[in-house]
Amino acid sequence: MKLSSGTIRLIIPALSLAVLLAAVFYMQPRAMSYTGLNLLFNLAVPIALATVAQMLIIAVNDLDLSMGTFVSFCACVTATFLQASPAIGILIFLCAIAVYAAMGIIIHLRELPSIVVTLGMSFIWGGLAVLILPAPGGEAPGWVRWVMTSRPPFVPMAIVASVIIAVVTHFLIMRSSFGVLIRGVGGNFRSVERAGWSVIRIRAGAYALAGFFAVLSGIALVGLTTSADANIALRYTLLSIAGVILGGGEFVGGKVSPIGAVIGALTLTLAGSFLSFMRISPDWQIGAQGAILIVVLALRLFLNRLEKREKNR
Amino acid sequence: MTIGKMLFASVAIACIAGPVSALADTADKKIALSNNYAGNSWRQAMLTSWDKITKEAVEKGIVAAADPFTTAENQATEQAAQIQNLILQGYDAIVVNAASPTALNGAIKEACDAGITVVSFDGIVTEPCAWRIAVDFKAMGESQIEYLAKKMPNGGNLLEIRGLAGVSVDDEIHAGIQAGVEKNPQFKIVGSVNGDWAQDVAQRAVAGILPSLPEVAAVVTQGGDGYGAAQAFAAANRPTPTIVMGNREDELVWWKSQKDKDGYETMSVSIAPGVSTLAFWVAQQILDGKDVKKDLVVPFLRIDQDNLEANLANTQKGGVANVEYSLEDAQKVIEAK
Repeated sequence: MKLSSGTIRLIIPALSLAVLLAAVFYMQPRAMSYTGLNLLFNLAVPIALATVAQMLIIAVNDLDLSMGTFVSFCACVTATFLQASPAIGILIFLCAIAVYAAMGIIIHLRELPSIVVTLGMSFIWGGLAVLILPAPGGEAPGWVRWVMTSRPPFVPMAIVASVIIAVVTHFLIMRSSFGVLIRGVGGNFRSVERAGWSVIRIRAGAYALAGFFAVLSGIALVGLTTSADANIALRYTLLSIAGVILGGGEFVGGKVSPIGAVIGALTLTLAGSFLSFMRISPDWQIGAQGAILIVVLALRLFLNRLEKREKNR
Repeated sequence: MTIGKMLFASVAIACIAGPVSALADTADKKIALSNNYAGNSWRQAMLTSWDKITKEAVEKGIVAAADPFTTAENQATEQAAQIQNLILQGYDAIVVNAASPTALNGAIKEACDAGITVVSFDGIVTEPCAWRIAVDFKAMGESQIEYLAKKMPNGGNLLEIRGLAGVSVDDEIHAGIQAGVEKNPQFKIVGSVNGDWAQDVAQRAVAGILPSLPEVAAVVTQGGDGYGAAQAFAAANRPTPTIVMGNREDELVWWKSQKDKDGYETMSVSIAPGVSTLAFWVAQQILDGKDVKKDLVVPFLRIDQDNLEANLANTQKGGVANVEYSLEDAQKVIEAK
């Protein structure tokens, strides 16, 4: 049986997640339950959504350094406007998504480096978040809280949500023609252009879709925390990039994997719990987290080389 | 009917009495400390105090374990994940110094639902099911003006050094200072800078504003900024005003040297890092079945002219003046109305 390169790309993240999960279950048998799994993974749901958003940006060869502040901004809007007057809240989110689309257009038209533009935007989002919520507070809308704390039968919410996110984005990116175009822009935008497509529209669409998933991430986060804080999700910028790469994506070439990205986000969350169960001192934890990343990436490079050798034969 | 009622009553009594008698002993209880940050002298002192007091408690068999956990990055989402892990690890109580007063509420609620006692201190949380050990920062700000009003009845110009903008502690201390100035109108705040609770930042900020200021009679501060202010006044060749200190070792050393030189007088006030040990005892008391109010107030640590030497002797180099709390202290705080 011959495995496609896409499958090989998925094997490593899936395998590392399984190994980590087994280790956590061994160290903490209590985690092997409905509640346990939910506690382990529920904070991974917003991270998975942010990772998918980052993946869409990476698919068109760009990088979004404003992901963390944007999710924080969305969390603040969720805890204030979306709760008090849903219509205004939804309007703000639509504007935010439109800003994302405009960002894609500007980056494309002026040929600006996305890193610089998004870094600049991160200060704008951060400032807006502080304006909306100068002191930590706000309240999660009832329905958001209900969704995030719901207890479906047999399988905990965190797992159900992760599977839904993975399946939906898989069809969106890997199966739909729009998804093919997005990945095509990342792979070779000139050939997409010559085939008669408007690259600027595709890029704007990819950015808007990313904005949409980031909004969902902010809403999901507030559903878990019950209230917001202007700095609540700053970690998500780096976590989302790491999640995409860990899940088998690459910075250039439109090579991304939505299922892998969700698995990557779960793995990163689990790595944190694993280290805390191991009682590793906090001084070493960042280093240990880095070590896990390096091991997984090294495995992938090794497999890539095997793959190449197979092709050359 | 009466038998039914009696049965119901006896079941109810058993339900109430059962847990109390089971909780009378905390020898098999495990308490965890969830801490969000360890990157400054105050937090280091806080962790050292926790280690010292809880180790004794574990050796004496008062509790089974008291493990500290610190997150690698000072981020609310990371601490929420950490608290959820602590739930899984089966701790009976979690003592929290929170990265955000609200962003941990979801995780705290999960802990309460799992039957875990949550006690927050210093960085407190708003979730109603948790206990809060708060410092009355407003009173801390007001006490500075009260001291100055006694020392200089004629009043004068004040320079205010504030903390990190946007942090609730800064707002509260500032509100206290404002309230004090309103009560004592002979004082006037002529300038205000942000010192970020750090000597180097405070020194730069004060040096920047000094040329534009009239004569300054006193400097009101928030802690960690007094020494920097003193350096800035010395560098500008201006007479040293009365600078309120914040219990840091470098501040106390400077105060001592000035006191020995020309009898310089001031006071020093801050929250003692040992408040972590108070939170530990409060958690232990709650596990023991004691009825404890959800909101407790911890006194701040004040150093005056006469007890400066004693406090300085107890302060580590580069550290913060500290007190560690005992079980009796905790019981006193719990009983205080």
